[in-house]
Amino acid sequence: MMNTHESAIASVPPVRQPARGRKKRGLTQKIGFAALAACMAANIFFLGAIIFFIGLKGLGAINWAFLTQAPRDAMTAGGVAPAIVGTLYLTLGAIMFALPLGVASAVYLTEYSPKGWIVNLLRVSVNNLAGVPSVVFGLFGLTVFVKYMGFGVSIISGSLTLGILALPVIISASQEALVAVPQSIREASLALGATQWETIRKVVLPAALPGILTGVILSVGRVAGETAPILFTAAAFYVKGYPDSPFSEVMALPYHIYALMTEGTHPEEQTRIAYGSSLILLALVLSVSMIAIFIRQRQRKTYHA
Amino acid sequence: MNRKKERLIKYLFTTLAFASLAFLIGIVLVLFKEALPIFAKVGPKAFLLGESWYPTAEPPEFGILPLILASLWVTAGALVICVPLGVGSALYLHELAGPRQRAVLKPVIEILASVPSIVYGFFGMVILAPWLQDTFELPIGLCVLTTSIILGVMATPTVASIAEDALSYVPRSFREASFAVGADRWQTLTKVIIPAAGSGISTAIILGMSRAIGETMTVLMVAGGSAVIPSSIFDPVRPMTAAIAAEMGEAPVGSEHYNALFAIALILFLITFVFNIAAELISRRFRLKLGLSR
Repeated sequence: MMNTHESAIASVPPVRQPARGRKKRGLTQKIGFAALAACMAANIFFLGAIIFFIGLKGLGAINWAFLTQAPRDAMTAGGVAPAIVGTLYLTLGAIMFALPLGVASAVYLTEYSPKGWIVNLLRVSVNNLAGVPSVVFGLFGLTVFVKYMGFGVSIISGSLTLGILALPVIISASQEALVAVPQSIREASLALGATQWETIRKVVLPAALPGILTGVILSVGRVAGETAPILFTAAAFYVKGYPDSPFSEVMALPYHIYALMTEGTHPEEQTRIAYGSSLILLALVLSVSMIAIFIRQRQRKTYHA
Repeated sequence: MNRKKERLIKYLFTTLAFASLAFLIGIVLVLFKEALPIFAKVGPKAFLLGESWYPTAEPPEFGILPLILASLWVTAGALVICVPLGVGSALYLHELAGPRQRAVLKPVIEILASVPSIVYGFFGMVILAPWLQDTFELPIGLCVLTTSIILGVMATPTVASIAEDALSYVPRSFREASFAVGADRWQTLTKVIIPAAGSGISTAIILGMSRAIGETMTVLMVAGGSAVIPSSIFDPVRPMTAAIAAEMGEAPVGSEHYNALFAIALILFLITFVFNIAAELISRRFRLKLGLSR
């Protein structure tokens, strides 16, 4: 079938140039579009492969005890509950630090700032901060928070380091949300005699809230999964019990996975626990980003309606 | 009274807005301060171009060329994967996907971008590396090839979403003009839209590159860790980020090794800084060219 088709094409006599050119063009377009579709399909394949393999082996490791118990028997048994709790503390701390700072920066950049070099300078710094490799944040946190400020390897050092990393994410998302608030709403408020701060607080910020929330949720996902910034600032492979102060070392899910794979003496058992931990982390981070995407899609609809 | 409060609030916001700049400057200062002793001791040239990295040997040797080359190799390998896949996906989303497909595919790309790097690293270590080793009968699974593949997959969503943004800035009239002179969709795409979005797409590639070279946990777990100058894509390597993350825990504070690791971080920071500034400048020109103000 294929052969006859091909030979049929081959035996076509040279016809008028334009027609032949058009046919070739049609073919090029088909191949080109197929290639683009393949590129897109590759993304779905990667995501599918990661979820499938981690899910397949991770599910086997997870049960109620895994989620609620501390590790036992030199990290070969028990659960990862302290690591889950540690990750929650670190994430919460980072957001508590980055959220006010990020929203305030965004408000300044969109509502107050005079146009010109200051805005440009600040925008460039936000963009560059977003591009700093995560391990460099770790070194900064080690020098400033752990050593210079004397917080030691602790939840607070890790949270502050992660907070700086989350800052650009929150600023960009908040800025986008603030810019999307129609100018006419601001003008209406000012025309009623409200001051600029009253307008921002009672009109602009509430309108931009869903967008800001999206940014916060996205940064939660980012922060919860980061490992390099907490390597030297907060994380420990094993801590007895649960952290009781902001100045204690913590276990954290991402670091736990790394440590299970690189330290210890029972690779097989540890790999099984690492699968379980990876699945929990993946489920946590992906569901958080899906919530953010969902909120944003709904939000875009209301603006366009 | 009220006016005073307004002014006070404005000053407060202004101060807080400078936090990002302050952190950026703080990072630069910290890196320079901790890195300078090693440059003074070893000399910048010997440090950058020295071919042996034996920080704990007696006497120690601090040549980071193997680490720099390792980073370049894995980043180049990642580009081979993320440029075609990222740009291809962006073109697909922009040109071929209908609204319904976009509603599913854009989140897929975003979710792929949000998978934590430790999970990529773990996946590379327990799934991809053994598979590559068996399939291609490699002497070792943790090598440049494995790292490049994982980094390429990680950078693909970055490239795709920024490139897609760039494509969406191309005015509709360009496409209409192209159709009007008889071009088909493929010709319009390759000869009109891609060139028009060219600098936006290069911004996407630069930022993808920046992401790949700064990635830490993945390379730490997957690259193999040996600090020698790579001679093939099947060699295990130790990129700059991996060296910092792996050795910082063991380097005594204030030692030469400690300073050397900060110096590596400084160089890494400068590389990504140049990338980010370049991306910024290109994208600004791109927007001006297309007559967009934002």
